[in-house]
Amino acid sequence: MPSFVIAEKCDGCKAQDKTACQYICPNDLMLLDKSNNKAYNRSPEMCWECYNCVKICPTQAIEIRGYADFMPLGGIVQPLRSSDSILWSVKFRSGAVKRFKFPNRTIPEGSAVPDAGFSTNSQDLKSNVLRTEPESLGINEIQVIKH
Amino acid sequence: MSIINDFQITEHFTDLLILGGGMSACGAAFEASYWAKKNNMKVTVVDKAAMDRSGAVAMGLSAINLYLGLKNNENTLEDYVRYVKSDMMGIIRDDLVANIARHVDSSVHLFEKWGLPIWKDENNRYVREGRWQIMINGESYKTIVAEAAKNALKEMGENGQYFERVFITHPLVENNCITGAIGFSVREKRIYIFRAKAVISAMGGAVHVFRPRSVGEGLGRSWYPPFNSGASAYFTIKAGAEMTGQEIRFVPVRFKDAYGPVGAWYLLFKAKSTNALGEDYMEKNKPELDKWFPYGARNPLPTNLRNHLMMIDERQGKGPFYMNTSEAIRNIAASEADEISAKRKLKHLENEAWEDFLDMTISQALLWASTNIHPEETNSEIAATEPYFISSHSGGSGAWVSGPEDMAPDIYKWGYNNMTTVNGLFACGDAAGASSHKFSSGSFTEGRITGKAAISFIADHPNLIPFSKENIELLIKEMLNPLEMFQQYNTYSTDKFVNPHFIRPKMFMFRLQKIMDEYAGGTSNSFITTQPLLIKGLEFLRFMHEDSQKLAADDLHELMRCWENIHRLYQADAHVRSLMFREETRWPGYYFRADFPDLNENEWKCFVNSKYNPETGEWSVFKKELIELVKL
Repeated sequence: MPSFVIAEKCDGCKAQDKTACQYICPNDLMLLDKSNNKAYNRSPEMCWECYNCVKICPTQAIEIRGYADFMPLGGIVQPLRSSDSILWSVKFRSGAVKRFKFPNRTIPEGSAVPDAGFSTNSQDLKSNVLRTEPESLGINEIQVIKH
Repeated sequence: MSIINDFQITEHFTDLLILGGGMSACGAAFEASYWAKKNNMKVTVVDKAAMDRSGAVAMGLSAINLYLGLKNNENTLEDYVRYVKSDMMGIIRDDLVANIARHVDSSVHLFEKWGLPIWKDENNRYVREGRWQIMINGESYKTIVAEAAKNALKEMGENGQYFERVFITHPLVENNCITGAIGFSVREKRIYIFRAKAVISAMGGAVHVFRPRSVGEGLGRSWYPPFNSGASAYFTIKAGAEMTGQEIRFVPVRFKDAYGPVGAWYLLFKAKSTNALGEDYMEKNKPELDKWFPYGARNPLPTNLRNHLMMIDERQGKGPFYMNTSEAIRNIAASEADEISAKRKLKHLENEAWEDFLDMTISQALLWASTNIHPEETNSEIAATEPYFISSHSGGSGAWVSGPEDMAPDIYKWGYNNMTTVNGLFACGDAAGASSHKFSSGSFTEGRITGKAAISFIADHPNLIPFSKENIELLIKEMLNPLEMFQQYNTYSTDKFVNPHFIRPKMFMFRLQKIMDEYAGGTSNSFITTQPLLIKGLEFLRFMHEDSQKLAADDLHELMRCWENIHRLYQADAHVRSLMFREETRWPGYYFRADFPDLNENEWKCFVNSKYNPETGEWSVFKKELIELVKL
């Protein structure tokens, strides 16, 4: 079942026009069952287990049960993603548990400035200078291998 | 009543149309926005998913595999071209690879400013995983890059737009000049007609053309994402663009089944892999490499040759194969001065090993957890995956594109960077061939190169009118045909899946995968094929082309699946024809031509290019001269 939705926890993202999981799934798998207002993965065998639905779910209603055709039952890997880091808990089939925390961004979400303070040294569409170059390269000119 | 009447039609006019939402599309959007704004042009991006998490970097990455470090004189362009050439057994466009390499550091520096955490050492330099790779905390890599791309579009005001959840089905072409594309929304009954003066194809590579090793739930656990369904190749092939390297598939060796990354284990932890007897098959089978000179004498050894040395043992029944994780960790800990620092080091390594998976292949962490694997104690199996089409890694398939004015030999350039042989149609990332090893950072960079070139093309052609004589109505009818088929016939049988009038896309995909697996050298055939097998395979592909008109869909999601599989079919066709044309074995470990088992440098050190004629449906496959800027 790769990603699955815990019925009790899912509220169908009732405050929004579409569910968060449906919005984010890169393979268009998550769907809202209108009869009970709960989300589900319509095609588990096409799921990449990318965890994007798990990470985005506002009620933490989504988990992953590993592909049953090669994973023994009992392992759980669950993330909790915050604004600058992600916390992982890894539960083994044996019951052992490990926790990891990794940073995932260094500036607040939404604040990326495209040019990032670098200036572009040529306004010529025909030049080999790209936006923010050469300053963003940290060298003075664009290199060339001559034929 | 025809199903078409249920659909709204939106016609959208733009100057530049960028198709895709992954790394290369984001690079194109970032770059094109800047130049378009100066020239008062419009840029429109169309993504089949949500840009925050679309494309091959959707899950995240634990490393950036291409960073030269030019500002610190760590590497030269020539070094990089030699490395890529060697890994690809000689078949690359030096000009395209060098063009990406000379700009890529700039992209990485931008990523860092946009908030991507990159590991630094005590001298404030990026931590190297290997000569070309740097380590990142990349869980949000794609989200960060998408944010910058969206902000770049926003700076253009209403001239910068993006559409999500729109699936492109057809290019619009007039007299070998692109004029736009059409597609449909997977969320509402709406058809989009995009009219543009230039179009960038950046829709990724192709997965699920070959039968995967796991065919139950694990079908989706391909190494490259299952939503990379060949849209780029289809788009340029159908537009009549010349393609290259369609035989150069990629088969990575990864941790078995969950396909977790091995790069950090080999490069950072210096782990060795062994056969079931504990033998280092790379060392043991070294004499075989003489046969593949000069590439077999290179260090690092080309990826396919490393696969090949493992497969030799596999055929002798010496599997399973293991990544010796426990020994690697022990060796590193043993190099510490005392027990306390060894313990600290072990803890640190354990974190790094898990993060490597959690950042980019979470399933592998789940597999370790479900099988109670602790890498410091238990070694893990490795295996070759099924074949993929991906020119951003060690594969080479894609469109044949124009090279940089200041580096490309004359026959490799026709005016605009990364323009295909169709005027105004550009390709980058997995869509552009023969510029392998660009990875995430290089794909973004190639997108930038392409974005600027496309704006330059538009500026040079102010009188282009993006209309075509093509019968759009007919194309829309073809686009929606699967819905029509289902509506018309689904009540004929009591089973919505078994019906003589149509075929649902899932079985269509399985049929394609079976053909490719059994005739074109998939996993179950140990990657071996021959001309007679390929000829037989082509016969079956012809039936598939006919049956593609009977694909049926009962909703918009399934309509997308139908088209994804039509796209895969064209990729398969191009692959089989190119495999057949190249009468040698150049990439053992990716595929073996049993009827031509040797490398033939005299006759085949060249590109295999191909072209589909959209009018007649005929293919031509031909040699293209390989001109080097740098010798190995």
